[in-house]
Amino acid sequence: MQKKEGEIRIPSGCAITGFISRNGNRISGGDAIKSIEVMHDRSNGLGGGFAGYGIYPEYKDQYAFHIFYESSEAKDYTEKYLDRHFDIINLSKIPTKQVKEITKEPLIWRYFVNPLPTRVAASQLDEEEYVAQCVLKINKDHKDSFVFSSGKNMGVFKAVGFPEDVGRFYRLDEYAGYSWTVHGRYPTNTPGWWGGAHPFALLDYSIVHNGEISSYDANRRFIEMFGYQCTLQTDTEVITYIIDFLNRKKKLTLSEIAEVIAAPFWTTIERREPKECERLKYLRNVFAGMLITGPFSIILGYKGGLMALNDRLKLRSMVVGEKDDMFYIASEECAIRAICKDAEDIRAPRGGEAVIAELNEEGRRKCL
Amino acid sequence: MSVNYIPAVFEVLRDTDRCIKCRACERQCANEVHYFDEDFDKMQVIEAQCVDCQRCVTICPTSALKIRKNQNEFREGANYPQKLIIENYLQAQTGAVLLSSMGNPVDLPVYWDKILINASQVTNPSIDPLREPMETKVYLGKKSLDIKRGDDGEIIPDTEYPQLELDVPIMFSAMSYGSISYNAHESLARAATQLGTFYNTGEGGLHKDFYKYGPNTIVQVASGRFGVSKQYLDQGAAIEIKMGQGAKPGIGGHLPGKKVNADVSQTRMIPMGTDAISPAPHHDIYSIEDLRQLIFSLKEATEYKKPVMVKIAAVHNVAAIASGIARSGADILVLDGFRGGTGAAPTRIRDNVGIPIELALAAVDQRLRDEHIRNEVSVVVAGSVRSSADCVKAFALGADACYIGTAALLAIGCHLCRSCHGAKCNWGIATQRADLVRRLNPDFAYKRLVNLVHAWDHEIKEMMGGMGINSIESLKGNRLMLRGVGLNDRELEILGIKHAGE
Repeated sequence: MQKKEGEIRIPSGCAITGFISRNGNRISGGDAIKSIEVMHDRSNGLGGGFAGYGIYPEYKDQYAFHIFYESSEAKDYTEKYLDRHFDIINLSKIPTKQVKEITKEPLIWRYFVNPLPTRVAASQLDEEEYVAQCVLKINKDHKDSFVFSSGKNMGVFKAVGFPEDVGRFYRLDEYAGYSWTVHGRYPTNTPGWWGGAHPFALLDYSIVHNGEISSYDANRRFIEMFGYQCTLQTDTEVITYIIDFLNRKKKLTLSEIAEVIAAPFWTTIERREPKECERLKYLRNVFAGMLITGPFSIILGYKGGLMALNDRLKLRSMVVGEKDDMFYIASEECAIRAICKDAEDIRAPRGGEAVIAELNEEGRRKCL
Repeated sequence: MSVNYIPAVFEVLRDTDRCIKCRACERQCANEVHYFDEDFDKMQVIEAQCVDCQRCVTICPTSALKIRKNQNEFREGANYPQKLIIENYLQAQTGAVLLSSMGNPVDLPVYWDKILINASQVTNPSIDPLREPMETKVYLGKKSLDIKRGDDGEIIPDTEYPQLELDVPIMFSAMSYGSISYNAHESLARAATQLGTFYNTGEGGLHKDFYKYGPNTIVQVASGRFGVSKQYLDQGAAIEIKMGQGAKPGIGGHLPGKKVNADVSQTRMIPMGTDAISPAPHHDIYSIEDLRQLIFSLKEATEYKKPVMVKIAAVHNVAAIASGIARSGADILVLDGFRGGTGAAPTRIRDNVGIPIELALAAVDQRLRDEHIRNEVSVVVAGSVRSSADCVKAFALGADACYIGTAALLAIGCHLCRSCHGAKCNWGIATQRADLVRRLNPDFAYKRLVNLVHAWDHEIKEMMGGMGINSIESLKGNRLMLRGVGLNDRELEILGIKHAGE
């Protein structure tokens, strides 16, 4: 029998794109579809997905869980678990429309939930950690259930198929958000499972990634010491956990995270002025197990911003560009031009250089 | 006089057409195998004294000599091979424990040779160390992940625990002054300094002449406490507590009295000519909590500025022991496999006690991760790491760095005749006889050590590059990069790797 994603590690090539309106204007998911569609040849129809931020303003204080179920028994079982741990404010099927390219869909449900305060207190965890652990628990232990989105006022939509078809399937032109990231996947064999598509998300963090990291098992075995379980065996999953760990738990800033996961070479570090040199040496030494090598270009989506990062040798293409308050990131320039003909300052960030674009004051007022 | 049952182990073949009777072999052989027979005007041999060190073969100006296994054979029998029969004769003759040197030569599985390394094809580019930066620098020591920030919000780069910085991920393992010569020690010290790595004093103290290499020296504290003083501890960059040795788990060090000359006696702080037999346990360590006290005594004595390493032999329960050590304040854990070398060990112990380093390393690394304390301690492996490929496999199984001992001695001329305990090393390595020690010139020998490690380092980089890895951190514990061949499920499970083809 063919193995499902998570039972086997599947290397992939990919296309990624993402954009943010720094003024906090809400942009239709239709633009995200248009942008990824031009990079059709960078995917092979075996996975596509989207993450939109600011798409659930009416439920912005609840955690929005998007869950795939392979069976109604799985749904019953997981819903009982959710009931025990959360106050479910709203639940519904995620609206989809029939698209002939998208088949074999699982049950796809959405829940807006608040963690039960008594359970949070009893767990001795902070609220986010409590939610994260519940999500990790379901994904590890609940057969045929998979939480693929768990942040606030954001959502991930993904499936097996070309990304533009996936976008139409989820009717993303009916959503609007201040930022979007998109992924088209080119895996080297058929996983045939929707959970394996990207973006991968935990809480507000989502990652789209193009590459195949050579450090995978070193990273996996390191991060699993800190309560994470890499159930999917994908790069995206392990990168998301590393960023969650460093940012949420260790309170590193995004640029410090870039200095850990795409650390400068020792020779570069030694050329920096002494204080900076000590700081970079320290980060590389202490977080050695989180250095990521091999080709990657990633877009990290988080509450209020996007970060683009390439591996330290820049072994994968990635360009950025701007127009007014808009900031664009994509594997290829054409994906930016497809939605913004006259984008300016198109450039290729250096390997290991974190490019961060966040909501400005106006945007934060509007969206957060 | 009774009959001597013990045949020569080797035959010395001399091509008399080539031999010019220069008598170089006679002068060079400390075992006195060769002699000139004036009556017959030819070179003769006492084969029984030959250890096959290859010295005479190497220096013979006319290539007239060959040493081979004695072709004379006892009657064959799988249960009682000739070697075992002879050993029983020997013990019947002497009433003594059999002694051996260097690593266990018995035909037991070498797991390194049943593990294969990955390389990238298509989906992920391989990288070439001649064209792209490739890094093998390693920091050893306990890592605290607690980030401290100053009032300005900037990270305070304080690792909290002392670290050892290695420019190459290979160190020279513990070999005492006494077991090896002054010139061998000098070669190791100078090579470590030039390479930006470390050599280890072993348990014999540190000769004052070598204090200047202190920043690249690991000073060892073993159960005999030979040569240990405050001044000694202060010299080293790190302190290693030797709890056990892979070649002889369960017993202490052995230095035959004939190796204890004036200089060795002074360095070890023992009388000349006495056997230096370290106790099996440390007499102040009868349990794990006692080890903790010694670790902290040494840290107190050196003001918490130096990492403390604890070296143990790979034995059956190694994972649990390692976990205990990681929780006892040690900064670096050293695992020494059952094939590790020695200057002298009881043969039966060397050949039958302990477990392979590959399995011990895999078990320890996994246990420390399962208990979420892998970051609390660095893991260094020894005994026996024979090539750069073994190093790569060790890193991928989870080692932070490797120690090499035998390979280092090979670099400076050792021919692995396994006769160190005889104290007559013709290569000037495992001897204290001045005329023999002189044969080892540190000016050349240290360069050979540097060459060896440079060559290995480059090979490590090439294999890393092939896997698309450009820094050694990303190789560490990266077991997906390994596959087993011809291993059973249980072995694969312990190694934590898949079988080739999976």
